[in-house]
Amino acid sequence: MENLKAKSFALRKDILDIVYRAKAGHIGGDFSVCDILNVLYNKHMNVTPENIHTSNHDRFILSKGHSVEALYSVLADKKFFPKEDLKTVSQFQSKYIGHPNIKVNGIEMCSGSLGHGLSVAVGMAIAGKMDQADYRVYVVMGDGELAEGSVWEGAMCAGHYKLDNLTAVVDRNRLQITGCTEEVMSQDSQDERWASFGWNVLHAAGNDVDALDEAFTKAKAFQGKPTVIIADTTKGSGVSFMENQAGWHHRVPTQEEYEKAMVELEERRVAACE
Amino acid sequence: MNKVANKQVICDVLMEHAQTDRNIIVTCSDSRGSASLTEFGKRFPDQMIEVGIAEQSLVSVSAGMAKCGKKVYAASPACFLSTRSMEQVKVDVAYSDTNVKLIGISGGISYGALGMTHHSAQDIAALASIPNMRVYLPSDRFQTKALMEALLQDDKPAYIRVGRNAVDDVYEEDDVPFVMDHATVVCEGEDVAIIACGEMVRPAKDAAKLLNEKGISATVLDMYCVKPIDKEAVIKAAGKAKAVVTVEEHSAYGGLGSMVTQIVCENCPKKVAVMALPDEPAVGGKSQEVFDHYGLNAQTISQIAESLL
Repeated sequence: MENLKAKSFALRKDILDIVYRAKAGHIGGDFSVCDILNVLYNKHMNVTPENIHTSNHDRFILSKGHSVEALYSVLADKKFFPKEDLKTVSQFQSKYIGHPNIKVNGIEMCSGSLGHGLSVAVGMAIAGKMDQADYRVYVVMGDGELAEGSVWEGAMCAGHYKLDNLTAVVDRNRLQITGCTEEVMSQDSQDERWASFGWNVLHAAGNDVDALDEAFTKAKAFQGKPTVIIADTTKGSGVSFMENQAGWHHRVPTQEEYEKAMVELEERRVAACE
Repeated sequence: MNKVANKQVICDVLMEHAQTDRNIIVTCSDSRGSASLTEFGKRFPDQMIEVGIAEQSLVSVSAGMAKCGKKVYAASPACFLSTRSMEQVKVDVAYSDTNVKLIGISGGISYGALGMTHHSAQDIAALASIPNMRVYLPSDRFQTKALMEALLQDDKPAYIRVGRNAVDDVYEEDDVPFVMDHATVVCEGEDVAIIACGEMVRPAKDAAKLLNEKGISATVLDMYCVKPIDKEAVIKAAGKAKAVVTVEEHSAYGGLGSMVTQIVCENCPKKVAVMALPDEPAVGGKSQEVFDHYGLNAQTISQIAESLL
């Protein structure tokens, strides 16, 4: 069986294919969040094409909806829909649009307008507590997204209701469309911010599947507070010439770049298999 | 005169059903008192979720709960719920198709003297423009009850706007002709069609009486279902009349009048007078004083109708 590390590079190859074929997408953020989704869907979450339509399954919300290509590649890999469908991403009348859409099997909430996902996840976690259900709720936000005031309404509510069945992840890649997050709007001091809203705060190397695995395990065991994992990631992670470049927020690779990136990802995938 | 506000009726209906259906949940944003839902919270503390003064979170939290099987009634002042939370209503409720019923309380100029920040003269325009969002403005306590009973039977998003004050009845207790998503014909006439919604239906009914005294017969349609609007009823009422008057506690832009005008112009062109709030922040004062200031009363409705003939 392919190990999680190798899977991360296989998923990146799928993402690269999607973006290159669609001539659209947010490859930088897709690559930074890729390992988080990989670990969640392949190790931690109890959600399958079979149980997603039942009441007791783990819930996932991609609040940073522009990284939908990463979600598509994971959902296709998990057989929520045929991989063949990915060829239609961003095509005329395709349901596979540039942000999460409930018409796609495996996606439960529309997102893309930033700052919504955390409060939606709070509602799901409250419902789970009411029903004494054992499902967990996961939400992934971007670091630029933290400037949305509605994030902090949700954070306050989760702390108030002590939702320890909720895990939030911040994809802390330190870049947004304009440039560095710290130049656009300071997002350091996340520890103090979340802790003051009543959260358990963890850090993890966000492109390291082992570190993520450990953080999700700790979050699951923590009682009495919701947990946020500040995942320190690299935008464009996996392809050397895309890493830490704000320009790759939503750039589409040229043929030459595509081929070069594909070679690098395959080399890394093979290396990870050894 | 009736002393029960429509919002109180909503609470009563929800309490009646919450007893047997534990999935009925009320969410509020420090708004349980103004929504007349305090009693609900006392009787069903496990079925009420408070989010604090945070209307955006109110809507998203409600949507998340609904996605997990809850039947959620989110109650907050119409002015904030409709436009401050519009983005959440659009994405988390309408596009995501969650079973959230948005209860916009103290709608229109119910909060008369509190001024324009607390008036909601844009809620119909804002929410009716969103696909998969329905907009209802019931006219009296009996219709509010019938509407709520009908909404409890479906699992689709909707916005219900009610006022703060008790309003005079339009119907009789044992005679509430209600069919979901069909306008109610309050009275029928030949000369003019008056189409109203919400708490403007009662003055429209009274205007028909005044017109009758002058030998002018009027149809009055209670278009509580502003969206989906009952197009056939508009065509039927307007088709046989010489002119149409619409009446609403809302801006003239994008409300009932705009919708009726589109239908009339496309199907049976004739004069339409749109009676609504003007394009300015409404003046403060008791609701009735504000209505009178802008001519939203039986006397002026009948005068406008007469002037069109």
